[in-house]
Amino acid sequence: MKTPKTGYPWHHKHLLSLEDLSADDIRFLLATARGFEEVSTRSVKKVPALRGKVVVNLFFETSTRTRASFSLAASRLSADVLDFASSSSSVSKGETLRDTARNIEAMGVDVIVCRHRLSGAAFHLARSVRCSVINAGDGQHEHPTQGLLDIYTIARQLGRDNLDLAGLTVAIVGDIAHSRVARSNIHGLLKLGARVILVGPPTLLPTGFADLGCELSNDLDAVLPHADVINMLRIQFERIQGQAFPSIREYAHLYGLTTPRLALAKPDVLVMHPGPLNRGVEIDSAVADGRHSMILRQVTYGLAVRMATLYLVTRAATPDTP
Amino acid sequence: MPRMRVLADEQRVGQLVDHLAQRIAEDVKRFGDAPWAMVGIRSRGDILASRLADRLDPEAFDARVGSLDITLYRDDLSEVGAHPVVRTTDIPFSLDDLNVVLVDDVLMTGRSVRAALQSLMDLGRPRRVWLSVLVDRGGRELPIAPDHVALDLSKEQLSPHDLVEVHLQPADERDAVVIRPKARVREARP
Repeated sequence: MKTPKTGYPWHHKHLLSLEDLSADDIRFLLATARGFEEVSTRSVKKVPALRGKVVVNLFFETSTRTRASFSLAASRLSADVLDFASSSSSVSKGETLRDTARNIEAMGVDVIVCRHRLSGAAFHLARSVRCSVINAGDGQHEHPTQGLLDIYTIARQLGRDNLDLAGLTVAIVGDIAHSRVARSNIHGLLKLGARVILVGPPTLLPTGFADLGCELSNDLDAVLPHADVINMLRIQFERIQGQAFPSIREYAHLYGLTTPRLALAKPDVLVMHPGPLNRGVEIDSAVADGRHSMILRQVTYGLAVRMATLYLVTRAATPDTP
Repeated sequence: MPRMRVLADEQRVGQLVDHLAQRIAEDVKRFGDAPWAMVGIRSRGDILASRLADRLDPEAFDARVGSLDITLYRDDLSEVGAHPVVRTTDIPFSLDDLNVVLVDDVLMTGRSVRAALQSLMDLGRPRRVWLSVLVDRGGRELPIAPDHVALDLSKEQLSPHDLVEVHLQPADERDAVVIRPKARVREARP
């Protein structure tokens, strides 16, 4: 990935959504992530860039991957990490999100990484506190670092060092309606010039997404031959109200990525999944563990992307010395 | 653009690089006890390092060349600007037990070198580290001294407001060493 020659004016103290970022912002962040990849290959996997800073994970929804990834990213930058989980905190005693955050901030933290079941929670937080806020997933709205790491994976694997995705077709398949990963991906991919096709059953694919500039389809088999990248989403059972499809078996039959179905796609297609996997539902084990699968690479790249994110938001929050 | 004075033109830069390569070769010969490598600090030291490596006889001086980005190790970020660019460190070999020639274009405060040394130690345990710079312009803020210098301006009492820059192709249009008053960016801001 090419690094810009001169400093890029990165002004975002918070990372709340990819909708807010310009194409150049995204390119700069991902080019910065390229510089962080190497840190994880050293014998001492640590750099002093955020020494003395405090990063708090404030998670109101369960998470393994994202939280571990942010914690590790922060430690590799030499920041101190504090973990707050909703189940063991005062939120379960009725405290508001704003009060919780302001109390944590009063302890002198620099970055709050927030995940919440309500869309807009991170925006609300960013207005309530003075430190940086990184959205680690807000309801069905956005999960910007996941979107960024997905785009980073695509650019790295397909040799798009200039971070221009023109000419690439990305199919995002599954529960589009409830997916914050899909929204972040859509905004980021379209800004970098990719063609985005959303695929899913009509109940999980609101037609309003066409207004963002995506194409919509209910027929996975028809889309597969055109895709350079297939991003499979998990069915968000916890967010689905009522019944979205007759049975899991039927869903898997129509939209599950199986080996025979993968044979319809281009021979060098990339298969991605944000995790956690529901093996046998949206993706078969043979595909998830197969040679097209980028799933574990996404996790590895995610660390570099989150290091870059933490680094840039804290730099933007540090005023110039007079 | 503020006034700029050329301290060394293209031809002179070539001579300076030759001179530096010679000095390095002498030391490498003298301490032939370990394999050695040349590591340049981005974003001019790395160009200089590969030029130096090209100048040396590959039979006698088989050097591996790497480049080091020290942005994440700097303690003076606010002085280089609020928007530092993180580049890639590219040292595709182990530094353990190597004689390492650390290469930079201009030595001034010594803070870049301090950061580079810390970064090198995190990457491995070199046997010995030398510091080779094209220009020493004086103005040290840390107790750091170069082992090889091609153009020594440290006795000239240059003003800290004067910036000495080394221009090298392909990063710059043509090779040169220039001096110019530091741009007062901050005063232009509201």
